[in-house]
Amino acid sequence: MSAATHTMGAVTHSEARSPYLEDIVKKFTIASVFWGIIGFLVGVYIAFQLAYPALNLDLPWTTFGRLRPLHTSAVIFAFGGNVLIGTSFYVVQRTCRASLFGGNSLAQFVFWGYQLFIVMAALGYVTGVTQSREYAEPEWFVDLWLTIVWVAYLAVFVGTLLKRREPHIYVANWFYLAFIITIALLHIGNNLAVPVSFFGSKSYSAYSGVQDAMTQWWYGHNAVGFFLTAGFLAIMYYFVPKRAERPVYSYRLSIVHFWALIFLYIWAGPHHLHYTALPDWAQTLGMVFSVMLWMPSWGGMINGIMTLSGAWEKLRTDPVLRFMVTSVGFYGMSTFEGPLMSIKAVNSLSHYTDWTIGHVHSGALGWVAYISFGALYYLVPVLWKRTQLYSMRLVSYHFWIASIGIVLYIAAMWISGIMQGLMWRAYDEWGFLQYSFIETVEAMHPYYVIRAFGGVLFLIGGLIMAYNMYRTVRGDVRVEKPFEAAPGAPNTVPAE
Amino acid sequence: MLKHHAKVEKNVLFLVLGIFLTVSIGGIVEILPLFTIESTIEKVKGVRPYSPLELAGRNIYIREGCYLCHSQMIRPFRDESERYGHYSLAAESMYDRPFQWGSKRTGPDLARVGGKYSNEWHTRHLVNPRSVVPESVMPGYPHLAKTPLDGQDIAEHLKTLQFLGDPYTVEMIDNARADLANQATPDADVDGLLARYPKAAVGDFDGQPGRLTEMDAVIAYMQILGRMVDFTDFDPASADR
Repeated sequence: MSAATHTMGAVTHSEARSPYLEDIVKKFTIASVFWGIIGFLVGVYIAFQLAYPALNLDLPWTTFGRLRPLHTSAVIFAFGGNVLIGTSFYVVQRTCRASLFGGNSLAQFVFWGYQLFIVMAALGYVTGVTQSREYAEPEWFVDLWLTIVWVAYLAVFVGTLLKRREPHIYVANWFYLAFIITIALLHIGNNLAVPVSFFGSKSYSAYSGVQDAMTQWWYGHNAVGFFLTAGFLAIMYYFVPKRAERPVYSYRLSIVHFWALIFLYIWAGPHHLHYTALPDWAQTLGMVFSVMLWMPSWGGMINGIMTLSGAWEKLRTDPVLRFMVTSVGFYGMSTFEGPLMSIKAVNSLSHYTDWTIGHVHSGALGWVAYISFGALYYLVPVLWKRTQLYSMRLVSYHFWIASIGIVLYIAAMWISGIMQGLMWRAYDEWGFLQYSFIETVEAMHPYYVIRAFGGVLFLIGGLIMAYNMYRTVRGDVRVEKPFEAAPGAPNTVPAE
Repeated sequence: MLKHHAKVEKNVLFLVLGIFLTVSIGGIVEILPLFTIESTIEKVKGVRPYSPLELAGRNIYIREGCYLCHSQMIRPFRDESERYGHYSLAAESMYDRPFQWGSKRTGPDLARVGGKYSNEWHTRHLVNPRSVVPESVMPGYPHLAKTPLDGQDIAEHLKTLQFLGDPYTVEMIDNARADLANQATPDADVDGLLARYPKAAVGDFDGQPGRLTEMDAVIAYMQILGRMVDFTDFDPASADR
């Protein structure tokens, strides 16, 4: 409580000096950590449900089918969304040398409006109010509310760009802008629906069948492409150079990979519908563009990692930078795996299996969450005007515990996914299907247990982060052995 | 190139328009033709809009998130057609708003589950999956058998779908409430219902003949899945595919 009072007291003082609105970024930072923990927790729970179905509790509100959208929305839109909006407000002010357009009140509206969207969506999921469109489950009235909030967000962002006092718009802002505009387009395009009544929650999609499927995966894949990729690349383009104290590796590469990435991504949706009733021409387009997408994706990875040129030794001493660089590594890995899985022959094996789930999590945990952790660890001492984080050792523990969790998770899903895909198509010596479906379910059990355990480790890492940030905000500094600057350097004083 | 790009990165309007145009192209090329190319949806006989009870059941299927573990899209592979039946046609989901193709098979595909299991099996399975499939990891849905089906506004649902272009007739809308109840009532007069909705499964579904529950609706929906098209006279070539 003393920390809160301290902060409140400091606001007027610091804002008198700082031209930027930072109180709002603090709010988004706290919300990010809070929703992150909720999202990881629900993820762990539903992972255990798949291993031990009794955990569904035979209640309507706690079945896997209702909690799974809660997990995906909590991590993507609540955790990821708050990180994106919060960092964008921070970055756009500093790179434009201008305070937020619309002032504090419009920014506060975006914050509280977005939290209301999250709560309405979450309550809908557990009570069974859903459109059944993956990652676009909220019903029509929640969609309308999000549209209003998003327009306000766009206004704040574009307005701030317009009043900038820098001639150039910094590269991170291109990515934020592409994320905001494209998500608006996708959100409206995919959620066109007619409600049954004005006072009821139920609506029917404006599209049906094959057109509906294509529209949904045009949305679904680009929620990955623009929410989980473009937005977080913006974070990379600001926070990696800042933390490494090095300029972005290549300006030319950032131009080429930006335009190539946003142009190609939109086409990749049909790879979610390989060998379905979607016409072949659309499937083929989706596959070809997905493979091409590999190039701009790696352009971004190279630009991020090579920014460390001349600063590699910082990885040894700065676990926050380690989070960021590892995240870019995971980005490179999952953007290689994605095009691979979009090839029809590979997809015929991987589709409908846990391989997809593993792929998503190497991107979501390794890339999205790690770059977010890096940015949040960077932001907390800056925003609360602390000289340093409470503990760098705890950041390092978080890093290693979460990394082991990710490795367990994705390895378990590779094995179970490929195994199940092979079992489904296995024939015995007499030409009959070798396995019944339920035998393939049974074979998944050990991997589901390992996956859930990996999730527990990731959650523990998140809790360590929350504790570390709480102590940082309070102004505490842990007495600990600092990370050595270089091997052979004189020993520092051991911790008491 | 760098010189030209400077114009874009110094002007917010150019940047906004550039992004908007760049991200619009792919969607336009991939989505719009699906509405205009006639061969996208095969011309087959038998596909009809859902009966009121099937529609109510489908909405419960959506509400419970069944699509998260069960696909309704059989791919044209030997093993899938042996396991589940004929590969799925686009026509078979032409009245599905939204589509339920799914993306994950934690449980088996349900595109052709209709008629494969008895109503009694479905009821037992939904109440406690492990009572009939011991290794199953599916949640139990005992509340479905206890919850009365709320079909007050079913006609409004049909009207909404009609507005969106599904071929519900005035007769179908006028009879919606009666059809909803009659489909799950043993010994009810279902001639009109079956004329309107051929092949609909009728009778008591949930083992409680006197009650109309959500279980009745879900099972009525599952029993029609994949049964509308008669594949004995299906010819892929003439279906324009």
